Amino acid sequence: MAWEYLQNYWWCLISVLGGLLVFLLFVQGGQSMLLTAGSDQRKELIVNSMGRKWEITFTTLVVFGGAFFASFPLFYSTSFGGAYWLWLLILFSFIVQAVSYEYRRKPGNIYGTKTYDTFLFINGCVGCILLGVAVSMFFFGAEFTVTRGNLLDSRSPVISQWSHSHGFEAIFNWKNLILGVAVLFLARMQAALYMMNNIDDPDFFETLKNKALVNGGIFVIFFLWFLAMICTITGYDATTNEDLTVTATEEPYKYFHNLTHLWWTGMTLVIGVVLVLFGLLKSIFSKHFTKGIWFTGVGTTLAVIALFWAAGYGNTAFYPSLIDPASSLTIRNASSSEFTLKAMSYVSIVIPFVLGYIAYVWWSMDHKKLTTEELETTTHKY
Amino acid sequence: MDDLMTVVDWSRLQFALTAIYHWLFVPLTLGLSLMVAVMESIYFKTKSEKWLAATKFWMTLFGINFAIGIATGIILEFEFGTNWSNYSWFVGDIFGAPLAIEGLVAFFIEATFVAVMFFGWGKVSEKFHLVSTWMTWFGASVSALWILVANAWMQYPVGMEFDPGQMRNVMNNFWELFSGIAVNKYLHAVFSGWALSGVFVIGVSAWFFYKKRNIPFAERSIKVGGWIGLIGLLLTMWTGDGSAVEVTKHQPMKLAAMEGLYHGHESAGLVAAGIVNPNKTWNNDEDEYLFDITVPYGLSILAKHDLHAYVPGIADIIQGYTIDENGDTVNTVSYEERIRQGKLAHEALRAYDIARANRDEAAMLAAEKDLRLYYPYFGYGYFDSVEEAIPPVGLTFTMFRIMVFLGTYFLLYYVAALFFVYSRGEWLKRKKWLQWIAMLSVPFMWLCSEAGWAVAEVGRQPWTVQDLLPTKAAISQIQAGSVILTFWLFALIFTVLLIAEVSIMIKQVNKRSLTNLEIDNAH
Repeated sequence: MAWEYLQNYWWCLISVLGGLLVFLLFVQGGQSMLLTAGSDQRKELIVNSMGRKWEITFTTLVVFGGAFFASFPLFYSTSFGGAYWLWLLILFSFIVQAVSYEYRRKPGNIYGTKTYDTFLFINGCVGCILLGVAVSMFFFGAEFTVTRGNLLDSRSPVISQWSHSHGFEAIFNWKNLILGVAVLFLARMQAALYMMNNIDDPDFFETLKNKALVNGGIFVIFFLWFLAMICTITGYDATTNEDLTVTATEEPYKYFHNLTHLWWTGMTLVIGVVLVLFGLLKSIFSKHFTKGIWFTGVGTTLAVIALFWAAGYGNTAFYPSLIDPASSLTIRNASSSEFTLKAMSYVSIVIPFVLGYIAYVWWSMDHKKLTTEELETTTHKY
Repeated sequence: MDDLMTVVDWSRLQFALTAIYHWLFVPLTLGLSLMVAVMESIYFKTKSEKWLAATKFWMTLFGINFAIGIATGIILEFEFGTNWSNYSWFVGDIFGAPLAIEGLVAFFIEATFVAVMFFGWGKVSEKFHLVSTWMTWFGASVSALWILVANAWMQYPVGMEFDPGQMRNVMNNFWELFSGIAVNKYLHAVFSGWALSGVFVIGVSAWFFYKKRNIPFAERSIKVGGWIGLIGLLLTMWTGDGSAVEVTKHQPMKLAAMEGLYHGHESAGLVAAGIVNPNKTWNNDEDEYLFDITVPYGLSILAKHDLHAYVPGIADIIQGYTIDENGDTVNTVSYEERIRQGKLAHEALRAYDIARANRDEAAMLAAEKDLRLYYPYFGYGYFDSVEEAIPPVGLTFTMFRIMVFLGTYFLLYYVAALFFVYSRGEWLKRKKWLQWIAMLSVPFMWLCSEAGWAVAEVGRQPWTVQDLLPTKAAISQIQAGSVILTFWLFALIFTVLLIAEVSIMIKQVNKRSLTNLEIDNAH
């Protein structure tokens, strides 16, 4: 019983990390605007505004991966080794991002500022879309089997077997791409709202307002499309037996049921969506409202948390196998042992402190807004 | 599945490539962050603009290096899943925890405070800025702790038991992860980072001497870098010695491979220089070395701190000789017997699985009893011959010598650098050849550091987890073509970025060497 509580707790933490990650993807959203920034001056403002936050996003991705590994290793084993190309393309896009801020304007960078800006642009677009695809697979599943006994076959010992396209099939599945596109436009909308808050430049403010409107509009359309799809698809009602095998039966409207029966899930989603819409609309219709990002940020985090909850709680397979329902992953059969989850739960006590110092440092660094003048005089800029 | 060994080999190559590239940048982060923090502390205390200039100069180089270190680091974490998915399941319950803790307690510290360090000048108080610089160093060092705990666990798996129902290992003691091997490894890696960074600082400073510019700045830098580096190197040697003793106890086969020693004896000598005979196998009569220069008693001292101690060779270990926890030589289980017991462990697990499916509790109990008995050699069940359990001897042997020789050379290097910078002879200012030696030695420090990792990881072969999971059973089910393609993509992208990094570093150093750092401390 205690094990189940711990599994629920860690799924909740994974959800929170996932939610924060999607919020922080505003950095990628900003990067995706680089090639169409207009003037050089605006480009510099975007790069330097995003460049002071990119490491937090990057670190959140790394911690999300590490925490998923530690708490649900069967997912790590199955998804990463299976959807090989999906994850490696995500990683490639983040490798080129990590150096680009620091190198783009440094003398001797060999490939020129444009190349590094293109790297940032690629990471902005590809990173968002493919992370969206990866999350979408929690609902639409993949073709894989898990047979632990394979471990004893010395000629073919791998326990998770995946279809031959190894992730490409997921990338080119239009259903997954819907969420991918939604995440991209969400990130772009949030980037516009973040810069409205972070940059002190009246002209740019109006441009950003327009960008928030257009990107926000496209996001809402794709997100509602995705929401409509998951509310109407058939999912698995997956019971995890005592011996950790899964008995999965098809259940029409599974995720709609989760969102309504687990009322707190649906409510969190609604609150999240309302906050996002409020932040967006107030930013667009007020004359000088700069705090929109905080509403959409909290809203995005809550909405993503709710989607993770709907995917994982309530006897649901959070990683459904389309070819062998019994191979589907649930938070019961994919998790670490009770001992490990408990040990890590003690460590998780540091999370509020971590969030605390991040918030404090964020505030200390951002209470002075970024201006063109600062970029002209500062000693360290990108 | 495609040819199993092709996938295994390319997955290993890919992991080695990423690890080697990652380790080009990590030690500099570990050491340079400390040196920058010390310089900023002196500035904070003295309010001397000279020290501020030095702090900012080295901080810029730190930033250039830090970015690419992050880029290569993320890959390593995810590769455990993408390329080693069986490993991720078989031991993920133990191995995943340190990785997650590393992220939670260390990476966020680094990522948050490094931003203050770069952008906080004038935005936050000087005190808070200094604290942030120290926190960056602290975050980097703490992150190294967790990853080395994880790595040490692969060499010496403790704190867990096998759960036949789930067919994986589960943790049963968290604190056992901090074994002697782990502590030694951690300290060895961190101090080697200090040593490497010191050589980097001295090498770059020598360029200023060569250019006859900013001499006081270069002298100040050598003093900070030289002392921290020298202390780092001495501590690296001390912990390296500790590591050798731990390896002797827990991975005697690795020690034998490091020495190219096939037949052990008492009062064993250490081969100071030599070439391993490639035709030598554990059971033929060929000579061990094509040539060798041996230091009498050296190996016995290295392995057990005892002039006359017996050190078993590869052939002895295969026949069952090993060294136990107390450092005593014992004859235990031969490798042939280990393979037999490993296969029995596999059989027992198979029987357990069938019994479980049939809900036959009596059969489950019987199978579990056998499994517990044979499990210590579970990994050997994947082998068909004892040869498969021998690590690549030539490579391990050579890398060990490169590490030790260069390490010794750099001890002299540090002593000389500090002597010259404090002496009144002003040799460093005047003697071009001395400046050239200081500069040209820098890449060899990297070679020394990488060689150390090669000893640790090549010497661990054929295991991912010692005795329990061989590399060939740890992989993912992917086509060989995919791994080959991603290997070359990584090789290309890392090389392209490395070239840019080195070029930017050189430009920065050059640019600053042409301006007066005492007056102009802008970037």
